[in-house]
Amino acid sequence: MKQQWNRSSQLCRRAEGPWNASKYEGNELSPAIQTHEVAIEIGGIPVLLRTEDASFRDLLENRYAGFVSRTARPKFEFDVDVGPHGASTDEDLQVKIQAGKWLLWRGDFNSEWDPRAGKGWIRQSANPYSIDSVLRIVHSLILAREGGFLVHSASAIRTGRAFLFSGLSGAGKTTISRLAPSDVTLLTDEISYVRRDGEGYRACGTPFAGELARLGENCSAPVATLFFLEQGPKNQIRPISSADAVRRLLRNILFFADDPDLVKLVFRSALDFVTLVPVRRMTFLPDERVWELVD
Amino acid sequence: MTERYIARSSAIAARMLGGEMMIMSAVDSTFFTLNEVATIIWQSADGGTSLSEIVEKVCREFEVEPDSARRDAEQFVDELSRHGILLISDKPIDNPSTRPTEAL
Repeated sequence: MKQQWNRSSQLCRRAEGPWNASKYEGNELSPAIQTHEVAIEIGGIPVLLRTEDASFRDLLENRYAGFVSRTARPKFEFDVDVGPHGASTDEDLQVKIQAGKWLLWRGDFNSEWDPRAGKGWIRQSANPYSIDSVLRIVHSLILAREGGFLVHSASAIRTGRAFLFSGLSGAGKTTISRLAPSDVTLLTDEISYVRRDGEGYRACGTPFAGELARLGENCSAPVATLFFLEQGPKNQIRPISSADAVRRLLRNILFFADDPDLVKLVFRSALDFVTLVPVRRMTFLPDERVWELVD
Repeated sequence: MTERYIARSSAIAARMLGGEMMIMSAVDSTFFTLNEVATIIWQSADGGTSLSEIVEKVCREFEVEPDSARRDAEQFVDELSRHGILLISDKPIDNPSTRPTEAL
């Protein structure tokens, strides 16, 4: 008579937490497998990455230093298979939903994620840009359902309020971040993390750095104003029509999925944001006096 | 001239903001803002009202020649239909799925 299979007799099983600890797992029947867990918490949403590659764990802990959480219980988990899976980041990214699971692939990675189960896997080379891309996509999908978004924008906290400085490459995001005075807390110089927060929005720090090559601070504040940056002959803030604000915001929101339902959600989020948050155009000269306009 | 009927697609998101109607195609992410005249046409695109009746309505509310209004309306609906935002038929369109997905 065959024995009944139960979880405790599985050849290899994963232990529950503590998060981020390296665990020796297995039993007498199985080969020794050491897995490493790193929980990366961005915008208050921890995502657990599990790998058997110790050097990749070190890469994660270094790259996301201020965002590695030792306490938060992750809502989402990914098994990361690091190996010779291709390294080309030139191929077009594809993000599709199929039978309730998100499928993500590009030349340097492929991934599957079941948002209901909170579990997924990633196959990639030992390349920090791949995991960075997967995290951005996953967070953009999570935020879309919550009324938030990732947006091409620098953001910073001053006097307890967050200010966003948006624009495509070359608009001045890194420049205005570099010019920030000492009383300003930089959240990011490249990609801002915006969550719905009651009747307003909250900007959170991200580890997604631009040319400044400096991680943002892992903190957050209510969004006071969104500025669209423009090069100009003087430091000046000007009004912007609602339609122009929505158009520019949609152009700068990071959105990867080929999914009509998500397009509608992002559209609603952009309109809600423009309804609730002051949006302005800012032209500035590249010197620190521009920050006199921000308080 | 063949009569035309127009209906809003369900594959869009639309909302009035700051006095302007904003529409986004959920299929190709194209974003449109409509002026007042276009907004009247859009709001009248219920599948059952003919384009001629819609143009008459526009002419009642704006100082415009009927021929000119008709020509502009035809161009407008053709452009939006190319992006899948409006459905066009030579018969009334009776399809619940054509109802807009957001309050107008």
